Amino acid sequence: MAELMIRGLHKRFGPVEVLRGVNLQVSSGEFTVLVGPSGCGKSTLLRTIAGLEDIEKGTIEIDGKLVNDVRPRDRDIAMVFQNYALYPYMNVRDNIAFGLRARRTPEAETLRRVNAAAELLGIAGLLERFPRHLSGGQRQRVAIGRAIVRNPRLFLFDEPLSNLDAQLRDEMRSEIKRLHQELAATMIYVTHDQIEAMTLADRIVLMNSGQVEQVGAPLELYDRPATQFVAGFLGSPKINLLPGRLVANGSRLHFEAGDGTSLMLPSHMAAAAHSYSDRPVTLAIRPQHVTEALGIAGPDDVRLRSSIELVQPTGSRTYVTARLADSRVVAEADAHAVLRPGAAIDLAFDMSHAILIDPENGRVFACGIAG
Amino acid sequence: MTARRLALPLRYAAVIALTLFFIFPVYWLFIISFKTPEEIFHYPPVWYPKSIQFANYHVLFKDGDAFTVWNSLVLASISTFLAMVLGTMCAYSLARFKTGGENLAVWIISQRLMPPIAIIFPIFLLYVWLAWVDTYHGLIILYTAFSLPYVIWMMRGYIEEVPLELEESALVDGCTRWEVLWKVVFPMVRTGLFATAVFTFVFAWNDFIFALVLTRTEVTTYTVQVTHYFGGQSNFWAKIAAMSVLGTVPIFVVVATMQRFLVRGISMGAVKG
Repeated sequence: MAELMIRGLHKRFGPVEVLRGVNLQVSSGEFTVLVGPSGCGKSTLLRTIAGLEDIEKGTIEIDGKLVNDVRPRDRDIAMVFQNYALYPYMNVRDNIAFGLRARRTPEAETLRRVNAAAELLGIAGLLERFPRHLSGGQRQRVAIGRAIVRNPRLFLFDEPLSNLDAQLRDEMRSEIKRLHQELAATMIYVTHDQIEAMTLADRIVLMNSGQVEQVGAPLELYDRPATQFVAGFLGSPKINLLPGRLVANGSRLHFEAGDGTSLMLPSHMAAAAHSYSDRPVTLAIRPQHVTEALGIAGPDDVRLRSSIELVQPTGSRTYVTARLADSRVVAEADAHAVLRPGAAIDLAFDMSHAILIDPENGRVFACGIAG
Repeated sequence: MTARRLALPLRYAAVIALTLFFIFPVYWLFIISFKTPEEIFHYPPVWYPKSIQFANYHVLFKDGDAFTVWNSLVLASISTFLAMVLGTMCAYSLARFKTGGENLAVWIISQRLMPPIAIIFPIFLLYVWLAWVDTYHGLIILYTAFSLPYVIWMMRGYIEEVPLELEESALVDGCTRWEVLWKVVFPMVRTGLFATAVFTFVFAWNDFIFALVLTRTEVTTYTVQVTHYFGGQSNFWAKIAAMSVLGTVPIFVVVATMQRFLVRGISMGAVKG
């Protein structure tokens, strides 16, 4: 278990600045997920922690010790790669034992630990096989086995599940989560998949163009994003973004879309948003907070009539794309609701979950859910 | 239908004819080495000797001429080993650390395109000055230097095919760069390594021009020795044939045992520049 501290990290590949002043702290035993779109620098950040990339500026400390110039082998970390990185000319046992043998662990000890790791991962029956005779999921288990057998201070995962099919990915995700609970090790995990990030992380580090956009617990980022980028990146289907302006009406504030459609904000948001009245803003609201209006309206519900453009059933839920002012809004409806394109629908906006964004700098200035 | 039924025997006939055409000189070489002088000059030719006799070989061993095959073996083996070790390290550096940028590799292989005859006399003068003429180390160094560009070029191609993640994983797992080269890169490029080594060996083994100019009596190779049997008055065909067979057999053995690697090695990644 180790604590990691990164300060002011810069890294460039030729003219491209991949990391632009990254600061990050990972506590001992924490599962941290680095997430962001392709090219945001998350893999590069992981590789600098491993010592596989040099850095131009900044410091990396593991357990308070500066490791900028420490070779990868001396950092006492283990890394699981996207393509498993198994040696094709070695069987599973030798693959898992590789790191221990490289560190000249006594052979009896090596074999004991290899067997224990294989047992933990349910691959004890595969030790004699060669990687080419394993399925994708089994290979990934071997790769993880190779990491845990060394009992390192820090685990790094570089998109380890992205080569697996959807079902196997779900399975391995639970496996990794279980492993973290059992080992209580410090783990840093890179993914571009927001579901993986949400389900695995104690803390999510969301990156965008070489910088950390926001750090926090998964639900914290989901409920109270700091920027439009964070709001848009997490959640599926994507959050609805509606351009408009804030209009003061007595003590209450209204969001007014381009065509004059008006949505009243809950009173607790008004205080934070008052300085933005009469200014253009972007309203962000997740599809699950825009629902088909049935029964009695809640206190912060705002109801609007719209027409259906698209219906997308997913089994558990059905997503309805409807027209609102000049924009499209995706709403969530009951899976068995009878909905047809072209028909009218009453949408209920749960404004207690609304998020207001300053379109000039993309920063969130008011959130329906208080911190 | 008939045309089709005829096609297969015709194809076989063509294949057999072609094979005979190429095999015959080799057969003739072998068979001469087992003939008596009378049989060699007999007309019409003796297609196969009545009895196999080893007198021609016996003479070569008795006079010490066969030692030149040993010389070739020593020179080719050691220079191949050195070229493979040095060349693979250079290739790794070019492939992984981009040493010399994009162009150094091409510049290195261009050395190989130079005709040996163009530089043999400056090398001869240099070797006279260094007193390296007619020494093992003189020829070994020259063969190594001449094989290096080829080894570097080939091995660079093979090494670039090794997934980088395998090496990085080994680095993180606790290996040094040298250990990575030894434990990861070598096993991964084994096939290419063998194929390249065979070609390097054959180059040194078959060399004639360097050995001709740079040897006298001590380290004469078998290729040079064969020329000694061509006389102004007469040619010693029996000795020529026996010596040539002695020079051919090791290559046969090498290629036959390495065939598996050769085919795979040549078809694998080697074409990539």
